[in-house]
Amino acid sequence: MPHTVENRINHDPPAEEAPRRSFLNWIWGGLGLAVLAEMVWLAGAFLRPRRRAVRGGGFGAVIDAGPVERFTRGSVTAFPRGRFYLARLEDGGFLALSRECTHLGCTVPWDEKEGVFRCPCHASVFDIRGDAIHAPATRALDLFQVDIENDTVRVDTGRRRRRSAFQASQAAYPART
Amino acid sequence: MTLRLRKYFLLHFRPKTVPESTLALTLSWGLGGLAAVLVLLQMGTGLLLKFAYEPTPQGAYASIQYLIADVPFGRLVRNLHHWGANLLVGVVVLHLLRVCFTGAFHAPRRLNWVIGLGLLTTVLLSNFTGYLLPWDQLAYWAVTVSTGMLEYIPGFGPVMQQWIRGGPEIGAMTLRLFFAVHTALVPLLFAVLMGFHFWRVRRAGGLVIPRKADEWRGDPESGEPAPGPARERVPAVPHLIVREAAMAAVGVAAVLLLAVAVDAPLEGPANPGLSPNPTKAPWYFAGFQELLLHVHPTVAVFIVPVMATLALAALPFWRYQADPGGIWFISRSGRRSALAAALSGALAAILWIAVDHGLASYSAATGRFSSVGLPLLLLAAFAAAGWGSFGKRGTGLNNEGVQVAFVFAAAGFAVMTVTGAVFRGEGMALGWPW
Repeated sequence: MPHTVENRINHDPPAEEAPRRSFLNWIWGGLGLAVLAEMVWLAGAFLRPRRRAVRGGGFGAVIDAGPVERFTRGSVTAFPRGRFYLARLEDGGFLALSRECTHLGCTVPWDEKEGVFRCPCHASVFDIRGDAIHAPATRALDLFQVDIENDTVRVDTGRRRRRSAFQASQAAYPART
Repeated sequence: MTLRLRKYFLLHFRPKTVPESTLALTLSWGLGGLAAVLVLLQMGTGLLLKFAYEPTPQGAYASIQYLIADVPFGRLVRNLHHWGANLLVGVVVLHLLRVCFTGAFHAPRRLNWVIGLGLLTTVLLSNFTGYLLPWDQLAYWAVTVSTGMLEYIPGFGPVMQQWIRGGPEIGAMTLRLFFAVHTALVPLLFAVLMGFHFWRVRRAGGLVIPRKADEWRGDPESGEPAPGPARERVPAVPHLIVREAAMAAVGVAAVLLLAVAVDAPLEGPANPGLSPNPTKAPWYFAGFQELLLHVHPTVAVFIVPVMATLALAALPFWRYQADPGGIWFISRSGRRSALAAALSGALAAILWIAVDHGLASYSAATGRFSSVGLPLLLLAAFAAAGWGSFGKRGTGLNNEGVQVAFVFAAAGFAVMTVTGAVFRGEGMALGWPW
């Protein structure tokens, strides 16, 4: 290949060189991108959020809440280890409400006197069905799956459901005998 | 020995000579150098703290208690780190305002403005990740509500929240992640970005040359620059170095005084079952927290921050009619319009907070009006008033218009921040802090 310095400086590269060189550059660029992608993927794999190990009876497991008749109508019972409240509505239906405020995640205590959940952080208020009745929260409290078998209430804290508002179909009812 | 140090070390960071006029305290207020000193102080105290700290939910709080009670000067070093971090946020914000208002962001400093924004982000990142580490009630719930805000980012918000928390809730993974970011990533970012930042300052020939407002003779039509200011140069050693050392001494003394006088807060150990009342975000996020109380969450934590970031990053890239670099607030009329904009911005924010506070508790419909219609109305009213008076009295340069918009927004945000940090009490109700 007759390559002189003058040739490189003053003239365009020979016509047959250009596609090969650009192809090699293209390969280098592609390899670089592949390395970058691998690095990003690797960092992502290290950072990926982990599932909590579920301990028996703790949060994430199915929790045996007790027999149906223990919960009077219109009552709310706290299950601190399961991080939920079991609410029994006036019509006898059960709801397992997450204790996390849907606004920014504070823990909402149940106000027995007024019959509402009142968030201490930003003053959101929820009723017994979990509906947001005072801003800034806009969404009802999350639900956990409730199953009633043989008049025993079980709450699956591994199955959380987001919702915007209460609907009658969300409550679980004991089988009529 | 000292000669060698001077020749090969100091002058590696500083030029041999600097324009004498840039040494004036009224140009830079020493803020950039002060920020650098504070970062170094944070690295020093942080390294010591890292020796004593245990990054697990079980051990973190106890290790802090041990540090305070039993390690010699442990309390002082922790206080220094705490107050240094908080002062750093204040100092870099003031530095940003200084650079903005002396017009020190025009070419060839445009890229450096963006690097500076990167440094501001790093400062906020380091403060925020450090906030969680004591694992007390304050830390746990402030980080809960701050990361809770992410959920409102449409689309990838919930995923982002999970990644930042390292799982569905704040726990061991979150602490590990925050510790790693705080003690490895943040120092690396500081080292790289600060080096880049200082190098760009030198490439631009040092600080912007200060000029008096009367020196402005530029022609807005042709873009012809004003006559060159005095550029007499003096040796950097001792003229620049002595001033920098003095500023560093003042800064360190201030942090030391604060650290001796006021202890860094440490509340009870974190309890995920009990949210304290009130639960507040750290003060530098209090403006967003306040905004969150007034508008739809997506607006407060996504639309406004994204637009503000884009606007800040774009600041040096507008097509300006003039380069008034070195003149505080562009010109004499620029000073008047900036003052008016600051007062209007603060007034608008106060009006909005007060009226929304009243209307939102009145009914849902009035609440909707006061969180959407009212701020738009206020903005329109102040914009119209500004346009009217600006058009008549201003220099007519678009620089001044951009400055007015920036000052208005900054003053409004400052009022929101103070309101959120100081005037919000139990249940986030408005009230006096005393």
